[in-house]
Amino acid sequence: MAPEDRLEIWVSRAGWTLAVVVALAAPLSMNGYHLYQATQVLIYMIALIGLNLLTGYNGQISLGHGAFFAIGGYGAAILSSRFGLPFWAAIPLASSVCFVAGFLFGFPALKLGGLYLALATFALAVAAPQILSYKGFDAWTGGAQGLQIVKLQAPAWTHLDPDQWIFVVALAAAALLVWVALNLVRGRIGRALVAIRDHGLAAETMGVDAALYKTTAFGVSALYAGVAGGLSAFAVGFVSPESFGLALSLAFLVGVVVGGLASVGGAIFGALFIEFVPNYADRLSMQFGESAKALPGAIYGLLLIAIMGIAPAGVAGLARALVRRASRLSL
Amino acid sequence: MVQLLHQLSSGLALGGVYAIMALALVMIYQATQLINFAQGEMAMFSTYLAWKMIDSGVSYWRAFAATVVISFFGGLLIERVVVRPFAKAPVLASVIVFIGLSFIFNALAGYFFGYSVQSFDSPFPGRPLFGVGYISAHELGTIFVSVVVLALVYAFFRFTSVGLAMRAAAQNPVSARLVGVRVGWMLAIGWGLAASIGAVAGMMAAPIVYLDPNMMGGVLLYAFAGAVLGGIDNPWGAAFGGFLVGVAENLMGAYVVGEEVKLSVALAIIVGVLVARPSGLFGRRIVARV
Repeated sequence: MAPEDRLEIWVSRAGWTLAVVVALAAPLSMNGYHLYQATQVLIYMIALIGLNLLTGYNGQISLGHGAFFAIGGYGAAILSSRFGLPFWAAIPLASSVCFVAGFLFGFPALKLGGLYLALATFALAVAAPQILSYKGFDAWTGGAQGLQIVKLQAPAWTHLDPDQWIFVVALAAAALLVWVALNLVRGRIGRALVAIRDHGLAAETMGVDAALYKTTAFGVSALYAGVAGGLSAFAVGFVSPESFGLALSLAFLVGVVVGGLASVGGAIFGALFIEFVPNYADRLSMQFGESAKALPGAIYGLLLIAIMGIAPAGVAGLARALVRRASRLSL
Repeated sequence: MVQLLHQLSSGLALGGVYAIMALALVMIYQATQLINFAQGEMAMFSTYLAWKMIDSGVSYWRAFAATVVISFFGGLLIERVVVRPFAKAPVLASVIVFIGLSFIFNALAGYFFGYSVQSFDSPFPGRPLFGVGYISAHELGTIFVSVVVLALVYAFFRFTSVGLAMRAAAQNPVSARLVGVRVGWMLAIGWGLAASIGAVAGMMAAPIVYLDPNMMGGVLLYAFAGAVLGGIDNPWGAAFGGFLVGVAENLMGAYVVGEEVKLSVALAIIVGVLVARPSGLFGRRIVARV
């Protein structure tokens, strides 16, 4: 093993350890709104890892992951408010529904190369809020008003307040899903996904069942989005059609690109970015008036283009390059 | 019956907007095999320019002409500065750059013109023609304008040497370059034309959907649906698809699925067509060589 590879592994381990330490310290040191934001970051991170499995590793562009996030959110909300299911049953059930939905959407996606898939998923993202507020589903979805659900209450023995508890739950889910994703991409499956992305025909010639991998990747990716959506429903205590629009789907894409395509750890940076940049701009707009509202859009846009031009592998890619350079200097 | 006729005519008017928008998309697709996701926001920004000019006292048609010209150079500039560096990048990179562009135009429009919804007057007289009210003057005017745009584009590509050069550059860049066509500039002109055509679509759509930074989201989606339905590599097919989608959207909205889920019609058309007949109604089937 080359020394820079060894260094890279150590840096990556150190990074993950640091992330875990920070995450464990968060519920103790933060309060109310900040903790809520931290929970949001974890939730986005899960969704971004899912989208990255599909787009970054497998090369299938989805501009519509907000729709799967919505299925997870609404699914969890309906299961919990109408059927009284606890969160630990509602979220996995709702995300299984997402897996099936994603898997099924993966079949038409097989026939749609690159751009056409982007088009179809774009349409999905635009149509999702309308479908969610459709009157025929009012009895289930609460129509345009959305659906209120009871926030999670921590079990008595933990002595945690609801904000802390949902953070702990999200952290556990994120840890599990990061572990799963790392194992997926570092093994046979990951190599197959990347091979299909880089040269589908060559991958098939080598005996990779491209159709199966691609549809399953879509399903797993949707499952991640579904878990994130379900957690978000419990964290916010509310789901409504407007919160699952095109903006959310595009924010996911932004997060994946900023964090770094084909990188699991990059999702942390992507999630921090899409949680805090709009927030920061909102605060600025209080000082500078209405026009500062344009800030996140402008930053999103410029960064997307700049990253594609300068550092197509995002923050994760930059970090990797830095580590490599450092290891070469020290030798 | 009156109701049906009215739905048909307003469907045709909207379809005209979709048709020219689809034409703009095809223009870029033919030259570069890319779908410009920023086309809607570019058109929205052009429409705001027109609105600003009209608001400060310029007459409608003068503002219209100025907007078309400014949009042309704007499109040209975008191709030269932003799109060109990504000419050889993978599809994903181009899609992300286009999404980035659309964010930027949306933000710029919000910054310069504000986020509140503005009304945009139609240049056509307000009272319905033919007395009965089957069709409003703006609807008739929109249909007329979109047919004129189609005719002009046809004439441009059929009868001018620049049009011929652009077709050559799109069909066979290498040979075109060998006979002296400046392929790079042809692509830039294509972007400029697409931006101009999009601007016309925006100005025709604005009196119907009102002017705000997010006005073109739905229009762009239907234009996508139209382009895919007609065949994205065939301009006339795409324009026909645009009209068809406009009518289908209105009839489905009025009689079948209801107004609230009309956008799903576009989703169904896009996915359905792409799966059943990926080259669209009039597109050429692409056979790739391994």
